[in-house]
Amino acid sequence: MVSGFNLDWGIAIYALPLLLGGIKLTIIITIAGLFFGFLLGAAAGLARTSKNKPLYGIATVYVEAIRGTPILVQALYLYFGVNQLLMQTINWKIESVPAGIIAIAINSGAYIAEIVRGAVQSIDKGQVEAGRSLGLSSFKTFYYVVWPQAFKRMIPPLGNQFIISLKDTSLFAFIAVGELLRQGQIVISATFAAFEIYTMVAVLYLAMTLSISTVLRFVEKRLDVS
Amino acid sequence: MIIKVENLHKSFGELEVLKGIDCEIAEREVVCVIGPSGSGKSTFLRCLNLLEGITSGKVIVNGHDLTDPKTDINKVRTEVGMVFQQFNLFPHMTALQNVTLAPVKGLGLPRDQVNQTALKLLEKVGLSDKAHVYPQNLSGGQMQRVAIARALAMNPRIMLFDEPTSALDPELVGEVLTVMKELAREGMTMVVVTHEMGFAREVADRVIFMDHGVIVEENTPQEIFTNPQNERTRAFLNMIL
Repeated sequence: MVSGFNLDWGIAIYALPLLLGGIKLTIIITIAGLFFGFLLGAAAGLARTSKNKPLYGIATVYVEAIRGTPILVQALYLYFGVNQLLMQTINWKIESVPAGIIAIAINSGAYIAEIVRGAVQSIDKGQVEAGRSLGLSSFKTFYYVVWPQAFKRMIPPLGNQFIISLKDTSLFAFIAVGELLRQGQIVISATFAAFEIYTMVAVLYLAMTLSISTVLRFVEKRLDVS
Repeated sequence: MIIKVENLHKSFGELEVLKGIDCEIAEREVVCVIGPSGSGKSTFLRCLNLLEGITSGKVIVNGHDLTDPKTDINKVRTEVGMVFQQFNLFPHMTALQNVTLAPVKGLGLPRDQVNQTALKLLEKVGLSDKAHVYPQNLSGGQMQRVAIARALAMNPRIMLFDEPTSALDPELVGEVLTVMKELAREGMTMVVVTHEMGFAREVADRVIFMDHGVIVEENTPQEIFTNPQNERTRAFLNMIL
């Protein structure tokens, strides 16, 4: 024990189950959010490569609006703003965890859209010409020729987005989601052990993100993505 | 005539690349198209399977009118094989998968049957031992031979070759030309954009010389190479021979 400070690491034993509960929610929100975010992002990203003007326009507005506003504002907007509207009109509101999942989905979707667009556009035009010259429809050419190659190129930036979105879930402490940071704050309000608990919270986030990057490195190596 | 081209014009924006091409190609004929870069010869070839849209004129390929919007272009393309300068093999598929993709997923033929045909085609181009190898582990010449097998797997009536040996190291050109000669001997209708004058002289039934978006001169290889009629043809041949 350092003289003058009264650090109590015994608190960790008490806090750990609560923090692990928070981790569970953090992981659920991240994975569910990214699942829907990928669907949204793939759709928006492909729309951004489309020659269809309205489709391109809608996707572009979406990407720019989301990238141009902070995710905390988006989460507050959804949970307090939109919910107020919903309560007044249909007397129903989005609960905090679903709101967190939706916020991650919408937010990551905008970034994933750019990842998808970039990867698809990076595939050599000759690949499409080869597919089409064999009589494959444009859909089949995309599905069998372009997408598998593009998807491989998406893996590193998608991994990066995974890490960013996981950290972004900490902002949902502000919309009453009992994720890791929020659980830490609850423990602190009862114990005043800010240094110990925030250290634990930080270490737990780091453990999660390092696990992701380790898995990613392995996957990239296996798939020979470069 | 398996290919009939009438007054074909092609523009990219303001730039007119083809300025009225008239040309007929008979079944089993081997036609080589030569000319300086920018002469429009590749664009001409790519109009024959609508990889380039046609600005005006008429193109009839194997009985299909390519300028008719009702024409099913995917159907036409199954009858017209194409080989590209940059090979354009699918890098995420083995040689065999490259060859079988379109017959299985496009034509819906049974995989077992397609695999057998594909292995025979790979054998024909001298690559039966490379069936399960990915393109990145093949030489340029091997890649181009797989690309030829891939096009042949659709059992096309016509084969288009767009400078098939231009991206190859000199020592690898021969193996690709050998395969093409064999194909010509079997009676395949072939349109070949090429800089290989030796190949044109030996294999072509007819040589077309293009410059500035028009056909300047066409004749038997014998006549074109020994007795060119047009001044531009003479100048071009003097430069490259």
